[in-house]
Amino acid sequence: MQKSVSVTKFKNKTNPLIALKKDLTLNKCAYLMLAPVILYYLIFQYFPLYGAQIAFKDFEFSRGIIGSKFIGFENFVEFFNAFYFWRIIRNTIVLSLYNIVFGFPAPIILALLINEVKSTTFKRITQTLTYLPHFISMVVICGLILDFTSRGGVVNDLLHLFGVPPTAFMLEPQWFRTIYVSTDIWQQVGWGSIIYLAALTGINQELYEACNVDGAGRWKQLITVTLPGIAPTIIIMLILRMGKLMDVGLEKVMLLYNSNTYETADIISTFVYRKGLIDMSYSYSAAVGLFNSAICFVFLIIVNNISRRVNETSLW
Amino acid sequence: MLKRRSVSEITFDYFNIIFLVFSVVIMIYPFLYVVFASLSDPARFAEHSGLLLSPLSLSFDSYKAVFDNPNILNGYKNTLVYLLVGTTINMALTTLGAYSLSLRKLKMRNYIMMGIVFTMLFNGGLIPTYILIKNLHFIDSIWAITLPSAISTMNLIIMRTSFQSIPASLEESARIDGANDLVIFARIMIPLSIPVISVMILFYGVGNWNAWFNASIYLRSREKYPLQLILREILIQNSTDSMMTGAAASDDKSLVSETIKYATIVVATVPILMVYPMLQKYFVKGVMVGAIKG
Repeated sequence: MQKSVSVTKFKNKTNPLIALKKDLTLNKCAYLMLAPVILYYLIFQYFPLYGAQIAFKDFEFSRGIIGSKFIGFENFVEFFNAFYFWRIIRNTIVLSLYNIVFGFPAPIILALLINEVKSTTFKRITQTLTYLPHFISMVVICGLILDFTSRGGVVNDLLHLFGVPPTAFMLEPQWFRTIYVSTDIWQQVGWGSIIYLAALTGINQELYEACNVDGAGRWKQLITVTLPGIAPTIIIMLILRMGKLMDVGLEKVMLLYNSNTYETADIISTFVYRKGLIDMSYSYSAAVGLFNSAICFVFLIIVNNISRRVNETSLW
Repeated sequence: MLKRRSVSEITFDYFNIIFLVFSVVIMIYPFLYVVFASLSDPARFAEHSGLLLSPLSLSFDSYKAVFDNPNILNGYKNTLVYLLVGTTINMALTTLGAYSLSLRKLKMRNYIMMGIVFTMLFNGGLIPTYILIKNLHFIDSIWAITLPSAISTMNLIIMRTSFQSIPASLEESARIDGANDLVIFARIMIPLSIPVISVMILFYGVGNWNAWFNASIYLRSREKYPLQLILREILIQNSTDSMMTGAAASDDKSLVSETIKYATIVVATVPILMVYPMLQKYFVKGVMVGAIKG
């Protein structure tokens, strides 16, 4: 038995093609099941990756991806020299940082508080209701934000009671980030707490019993048992979050911003959208998108490596 | 000493409960406001300012107007079609891929998996994808809505981890009985994974129901618009326009439209709110597995 295994291993090494063929015939059925999935990834994920070369070309639909004229780094140079270059980079990073600083701890705190509740019914109802905003569509959420913060909206009605003059919040650039981040926390805090609640249930209960014997109070238990218990989850989530620092989705910003608030609201992805699909500067827009993807990729790798060195926790 | 600690603990418990109740109220009040407003008399609502604690003289006029609106009904119908076709494709591809990639006997499994995970870290971006869809002649068709987002890699990883956790002995005994991979997949793996599968259907279903961006860039004809695009016109574009021009709701028609807006939100949101609490106990499985192994 032992011998035959080593023989096949040896054979595999000498001729990978034969091994591959054997693998394919032996597992024909499984590979056939996998085929549509591979096809999906090739067409819808890898073909756009191949198409990203138009960033170095002057793309025209009539000439196609290959036939369009090669212009090197012209698009990138134009972007780096553009006056809005720093504006959209700054807006993307600042919006993302605010979201991490205020939005990252929120679900952890909520999970810890829910965890302290003794009644399971109360726990379950709290969870169900805090998940609710996560399931509402972005269009509805943003529609409500625009409605509530408008001049005649509920927020201004309430501020009026305190004698504050009405403001059209979504027309003021200085309010954009505050509203974006606070509503994001509101929408995702419940859903984000699931993973921490799951991690909390995984903590060894004996540790708490030991704490009780030692007479450690709940605050002490939080510091010595609970937080160390969920620390690996927190670190992984933080890496994932930091890795997405430059990757701010365009849907919410697109629904909330307008030309008055570009100063603080315009980010890389909305800029790519406007340049590419409204102004039809395909190559220029693809160059900006590629630049963003590359930065995101490098950033994720750096964050992951730092984490591996410091905490011995990493994604790969 | 012991007594004093318990007093502070009781205080903490009370404050904790009060804080959580307060948070929950903040979470759901906006939606209660929407429901109350949608059931209010349009004229009275227009004069009202501030919070609502109940509908202002109960009226179903707004709902009547919503169900009489051909755009909204048509959008509803389109969304249902996109939801059914899209979620079917999502589930077929995700379960097939997750199962075959969970088979340890496949030699190329790890390379394929690496290729798939790479797409999470780096992608071609908006414009190359748009060019692809245009070259495939998918513009203005249902395929532009359902195919580009056919697989969510995160969900694929969650499903794969779940299949891997099923004891191998079950599979082996079936294999001895002569079952092939497809039979094992359909007869053993799927029935044993119903909880994860229902969460996946919910995740994909909610995603498809709420999706609007791909529709907004790929669809040209208005009669193909999903509900969310119609909603965007009603909620976002109108409100932005009136904000920019400073026009206030004054004539009779726009009075009605204020409450119609809220009725439309309710009609568009209720289906999802009916479904998700039923699957809540499975969420942990769905979210947890993926995030740790991803």
